[in-house]
Amino acid sequence: MAFINLKDKVIQAKIVYYGPGRCGKTTNLEYIYDKCRLQVNSEMVTVKTQGDRTLFFDFFPFDMGKISGYDVKIQLYTVPGQVKYNSTRRLVLKGVDGVVFVADSAVERRNKNIISIRNLEENLTLYNKNIREIPLVIQYNKRDLAKQGIEILDVETLENDINAELKAPAFEASAVEGHNVILTLKKIIYYTMSSLEKQLKQEP
Amino acid sequence: MILGQKQLDKIHDTLTQNLIGSGVQSVMLIDTAGNVIASINNGTETIDLYSLAALAAANFGAMSCMARIVGEDEFSLLFHKGEKENIYFCKVNEELLLVNIFNNQISLGFLRLKMSKVVEELLELLTI
Ligand SMILES: Nc1nc2c(ncn2[C@@H]2O[C@H](COP(=O)(O)OP(=O)(O)O)[C@@H](O)[C@H]2O)c(=O)[nH]1
Ligand SMILES: [Mg+2]
Repeated sequence: MAFINLKDKVIQAKIVYYGPGRCGKTTNLEYIYDKCRLQVNSEMVTVKTQGDRTLFFDFFPFDMGKISGYDVKIQLYTVPGQVKYNSTRRLVLKGVDGVVFVADSAVERRNKNIISIRNLEENLTLYNKNIREIPLVIQYNKRDLAKQGIEILDVETLENDINAELKAPAFEASAVEGHNVILTLKKIIYYTMSSLEKQLKQEP
Repeated sequence: MILGQKQLDKIHDTLTQNLIGSGVQSVMLIDTAGNVIASINNGTETIDLYSLAALAAANFGAMSCMARIVGEDEFSLLFHKGEKENIYFCKVNEELLLVNIFNNQISLGFLRLKMSKVVEELLELLTI
């Protein structure tokens, strides 16, 4: 759950990039970190294995500047995607306010996407959160693979597999090329902030 | 979680008096999601608060999981010793953690005493 400091007028919210191993979560964050230097006043923290796989998470705080008089800081995280790291994935999800689900467009990753979105649903349930209610944006990543002659899943198939029931906003993207990376981020920040606003209005 | 001016001022006071006043260089109250709730330092430290909070929350979470695996309910405190700087984590309640950075001039026993006082005061503050 986000933290709101009424004294210094600061809001901190947590957005997590989720998805199967190797789908491009870390690449998304690296792109944002590179392109938005002015909004990141911090080193990117990455807890990874020797082979460059995310072991725990990647993290940096993203400064949104002032929104209605509040300094808004978005804490961006990725999870480790590999199935065996479920316990660390759960830890990163703790207190999450918004999720970007990154799916891999490569044909042979189809099943991994499906397993991962189910795993997200399950892990959110542990924190009494509903995948249908939490701010969620879906990104169909690696669309550029088609240019290299690699077969990719068409968007209808991906939608059917992942988003048929959720009906979350979804974007085609290429994290290596930076295509729609910022758009995905903007969308999830927008949803997360609107949802926080709604929750605030409900509080006494 | 929302905290107002009064509560934050009181939190600030108790952390300053008990910990910074005792020679702790930097103290941070964070939640288990990694948000920074309050942070105070004695003016000599410049640290990357948000990164430290994210790592501290994760570290504490990982330790709690390990505790469960070995059959402990929890390890309520965590201590990392460095050559000059040490870090001390302490659980306040299910949601909150205290992170202290201090050097070798302070004894761990003394700090522990101060810390339990602070935890008591914080719990009182947060229930109002
Ligand atoms: N072709 C292509 N490769 C990508 C894209 N995004 C990530 N990759 C590659 O996929 C691999 C795994 O990416 P990474 O970001 O580490 O995945 P993570 O496990 O989800 O964090 C790396 O070799 C990336 O360069 C993309 O949009 N297109
Ligand atoms: Mg990664």
